[in-house]
Amino acid sequence: MSADVRAMKTPAEQALSSAFAAARGKLPGKGAVTALRDDAFRRFDASGLPHRRIEEWKYTDLRALMREAKPLAEPAGSKGVVPGLSGVSATQIAIVNGRYEPGWSDAADPAIVLTELFAFAGEDTHYRLGNVPGKDDIAVSLNTAFMTGGVAIRVKKDARISKPIQLAHIFSGPAAATYPRCVVIVEKGAQLTLIESFDGPSGADYQVNSVLELVIGEGAQVDHIKVGRDGDAALRVSTLGVTVDAKANYRDFVFTTGGAVVRNQTFVRFAREGTDASISGATLIKGRQHVDNTLVIEHAAGHCTSRERFRSVLDGESRGIFQGKIVVEPHAQKTDAKMASHALLLSDEAEADNKPELEIFADDVQCGHGATAGALDSSLKFYLMSRGIPENEAEALLIQAFVGDAIEEVANEGIREALMQAAINWLNTRG
Amino acid sequence: MSFLEVKNLHVEVEDKKILNGLTLSVEKGQVAAIMGPNGSGKSTLAYVLAGKDNYKVTEGEVLLNGDNILKMSPDERAAKGIFLAFQYPVEVPGVATMTFLRTALNAQRKTRGEAEVSTPEFMKLVRDTASHLGISQDMLRRAVNVGFSGGEKKRNEILQMAILQPTLAVLDETDSGLDIDALKIVADGVNRLRSPERSMVVITHYQRLLNYIVPDVVHVLANGRVVKSGGKELALELEAKGYAQFQGEAA
Repeated sequence: MSADVRAMKTPAEQALSSAFAAARGKLPGKGAVTALRDDAFRRFDASGLPHRRIEEWKYTDLRALMREAKPLAEPAGSKGVVPGLSGVSATQIAIVNGRYEPGWSDAADPAIVLTELFAFAGEDTHYRLGNVPGKDDIAVSLNTAFMTGGVAIRVKKDARISKPIQLAHIFSGPAAATYPRCVVIVEKGAQLTLIESFDGPSGADYQVNSVLELVIGEGAQVDHIKVGRDGDAALRVSTLGVTVDAKANYRDFVFTTGGAVVRNQTFVRFAREGTDASISGATLIKGRQHVDNTLVIEHAAGHCTSRERFRSVLDGESRGIFQGKIVVEPHAQKTDAKMASHALLLSDEAEADNKPELEIFADDVQCGHGATAGALDSSLKFYLMSRGIPENEAEALLIQAFVGDAIEEVANEGIREALMQAAINWLNTRG
Repeated sequence: MSFLEVKNLHVEVEDKKILNGLTLSVEKGQVAAIMGPNGSGKSTLAYVLAGKDNYKVTEGEVLLNGDNILKMSPDERAAKGIFLAFQYPVEVPGVATMTFLRTALNAQRKTRGEAEVSTPEFMKLVRDTASHLGISQDMLRRAVNVGFSGGEKKRNEILQMAILQPTLAVLDETDSGLDIDALKIVADGVNRLRSPERSMVVITHYQRLLNYIVPDVVHVLANGRVVKSGGKELALELEAKGYAQFQGEAA
């Protein structure tokens, strides 16, 4: 019996196949891009949507969660509002319905080179699109097959970009599917704060499959903050593939409050020695929301430090998933990696799944992980209440403190405060 | 009627009976010491007054200024004037001391229908009170009790009490874990809060604390009931003779 026998295609898989056949000739990009698309679709077609028997997707069974494949989104109509982060001044680059919309965007900082994705793919012959950690993931293949647009940003050697750049992914119009793809290259010694936001209307079951390729040069300093505020019926899979050169300072934060089903996948490879990284996140969800933060951190070179800190606050019947795998390759001596994931369950029906993994092939390393899931500490709550603080306020203070511990990792003060405020706003809507 | 009236109070904790018909009256402005051996129900009394859950009142009532408080939540009791200085104050990571104090004070004021305190007013109140208790600005900047020594935690309890100005302060073994210098600072802080408008219930295992906080009356608790009441000299008698005489009596 053949090993690759698999279940019959689901309606969503069938729809994706016919969508690809119909769109193939019309999707943007020239010869090399078309070849990438064909190859990626073949890989997707061989495996189908990821499902629970694929270990990496164990808790987010897309075959079950993605009942149908929406048609590809049309370009947005008239110019709309680009949501920012409250109190944060950023250069906004709008990716609307999966396409770069210069008309919605701010003028780019002169210290960066901003190019539409397919123009970049045609012009930059040195950069191989899609050659990033995570490239073998099925969702990434699907994005490559259908990618509808995006931008490439290059921050030149030693440039310091003082104003954060926001890649603002916006969905508008009737429910449809988008496949944005962006590339950000931060050259040697340069500095960038990059916000990546996802917004869309509630009530529309739109689908987003996004990929961001992030290349961090030697000695570069990069802060990437991903903010997921999708509408309550949205399904989003966002992949971040990062390659980090020597002696870089890389801080990543994933903040999620929106969406019905969200999977944030982060693949990082420390390719050369001496990098210091913090990869963290906070999730606050309720109702029947499902949010999965999955990390694969490869220490491929020695003398790198990485800290992974994730916190999730789960109310209602929500489900929060954390999968974190740290791989230390045989020659990556003096690796220092510590991962912690903590979930706070606010209701009996909420569910937290934590799966930390260490794969260590070097012998002189310090690695560790910790994971907890639990309710609010009743003794702390009683202490606050005994001072006159009503129950809901006491809980709010404790929940803020819990997520604040992760949000503290965000270096940019304005963004940190905006996220803290977003957490407080979330608490206020909890009732 | 006394300011605090505990009448025939029966309390269970996890199906274990701890208080067995405790009756106690504390007058307005009075400092009442509660003494007793380990397991006599002293801390249970403190927690029941403050409203901790898992303490099941099976019989009896507790009246504060004539109102039954047993149906009130802990925050409602605090707004009504009850303050518990914890034997083991908990650390609250991530909640700044100043935020905590201000949230508590304003929440109580709001419940009582009073206006919030202004920022300068509040800052002055905290600074003045903290300096009496030897609490540094650095401690005030930290999260509540996090990284505080045992003595600092107890001083922080008295700071909260001074800021919240309760009408009934319950001090649960405030002397435990304190060296003599820390004990004096804490006792001075408590004595400064003695007032005809404020009643205090001082729970202690040892007579030592009562040298510094001199009580008006002393009640002896054994097996969940008050078995003897008297003046401050009763504490000295207990120090000399121990609690054994009462434990047999109540059984």
